[in-house]
Amino acid sequence: MNKQTLQKMARKRVMIDNLVKFVSITFTVFGLCFLFWIIATVIVKGMAGFSLSLFTDVSAFGGLGNAFLGQLQLVGVACIVGIPVGLLAGTYISEYGTNQKTLNFIRNISDIMMSTPSIVIGAFAYALLVRPFNSYSGWAGSFALAIMMIPVILKTTDDMLALVPKTLREASFALGATKFKCITSVVFRAAKNGLLTGVILSIARVAGETAPLLFTSSNSNFFSFDMSSAVPSLTVSIYDFSQLPDESLNAVAWAGALVLAVFVLGVNILGRFLIRK
Amino acid sequence: MNRAKNKVAEIIFFNATRVSVTLVLVALLAIFVSLLYKAYPAFSEFGFGFITSSAWDTNKGEFGALSSIYGTVVSTFIAMLLATPVAIGIAIFLTQIAPHKIRNFFSINIELLAAIPSIVYGMWGFIYFVPLVRDVFGGTGFGLLTGGMVLAVMILPFIASVSRDAMATTPEILKESAYALGATRFDTIKDVVFPYAKSGIIGSVILALGRAFGETMAVAFLIGGISKLPESITDPATSIPVALATQFGEAMGNEIYESSLFYLALILFVISFASIAVAKFVFLRRRDTK
Repeated sequence: MNKQTLQKMARKRVMIDNLVKFVSITFTVFGLCFLFWIIATVIVKGMAGFSLSLFTDVSAFGGLGNAFLGQLQLVGVACIVGIPVGLLAGTYISEYGTNQKTLNFIRNISDIMMSTPSIVIGAFAYALLVRPFNSYSGWAGSFALAIMMIPVILKTTDDMLALVPKTLREASFALGATKFKCITSVVFRAAKNGLLTGVILSIARVAGETAPLLFTSSNSNFFSFDMSSAVPSLTVSIYDFSQLPDESLNAVAWAGALVLAVFVLGVNILGRFLIRK
Repeated sequence: MNRAKNKVAEIIFFNATRVSVTLVLVALLAIFVSLLYKAYPAFSEFGFGFITSSAWDTNKGEFGALSSIYGTVVSTFIAMLLATPVAIGIAIFLTQIAPHKIRNFFSINIELLAAIPSIVYGMWGFIYFVPLVRDVFGGTGFGLLTGGMVLAVMILPFIASVSRDAMATTPEILKESAYALGATRFDTIKDVVFPYAKSGIIGSVILALGRAFGETMAVAFLIGGISKLPESITDPATSIPVALATQFGEAMGNEIYESSLFYLALILFVISFASIAVAKFVFLRRRDTK
């Protein structure tokens, strides 16, 4: 091969290289554009419908006060069930389990649960808690959300406890601590931020869910504190309002979406911050 | 005295962890069994013909899954087609090209895209993509194409971050060797990073596929919700999750209707289960640390 063809080939390779570089940068900018586009849309559209009455009025009068409160109930009850179960199950996998095959099996089951479509989990809650009682219920909604939280918390707990150095555990055993003492006062304490992150991220995940609530907790236009009947939620109210052919209600839906997005993104950023600390 | 108390606490705590783990296993099994049980009446009525029939007339009691399966598969396919190349481009940028200082910033931003609630994606797609598709391709603007496009944006960060993690595991020494042999960055990506991260990248795509199959709210705003086989991708259609989301309410009390919806849910569960299983066990196995 003479020098010229070699140079040509080299130039071609450099050109392709630059092209790939250009394309991948373009794609990244493109991807980020969507993020900013969505966030900008939510802020602009959301601010337009934002007012104090958003929080004080109930859905029946064009506000979301009952929806915020209902969402708090639904997520709150889901937390009461989901957080301890997730933490304890993760603790078992990381600290007590000995058979690696079984543990990996449980991890896989939990991963499958994490990726199961939320609407399927909603259908499960409907079959178990709505249909037999012939009534929508807040319990069913919370149950579906709890099922979705557990695998997220389990995974982070498992990962975070694995990061705690063995020597720390050995030191506590050497001082005469029992396994229980060691886990609760040494391992948990060392992994505190990580565990909190898992809990926070799982809350962020379920707080934005709509699909499993549509036919479990359903919706209500007024304040409802009775978990055994329909309970309003922010996400379902946003969905309902955005479907109506009424511009002022659409604006309320966007204002609700703004509050929801700020909460979910804020909580995600907080979670990331905690895990780095 | 104190020791006895500790002992009791120990036993309670240990058993609580064991019960919790069992609950996780039972939950997944219970999901499967309850779907199976509730889908049985429809299964005994329609059998497997349910899957190949596109009849969906709630008044006549005719039910078939074909139109919603078709809608799910086609909208997902459009989404994958649009999102995969872009996402892999992003992963290349984040692992191979971006200077270390800005990598983190971009990574976090891309991941935040995944945290936005899907209902927000739906509303956003509704105001921008429905008119866009209507103006460019004609029709009502609602349909598989619109749903697929917004789904693509939703799964983009997901594929990008999982393939980024896979690419980031390529040992530096392999890349350095390639550079030492005179390879360009693209040569290194093509011949070193891709082969090394291949299974991780494919795994991320399959996981995203499973996610797109099950996505409800974003698609619910955009697909049109018509239980009929569409003639083109710009016609209104439906998908399994959308059919479930919009029809469970009206089906309550009508046994065969409700059971048909559970049959749909079962099909969705099996599809997503299979895609996760393939992704996890074939492509995303933990590398042996040897």
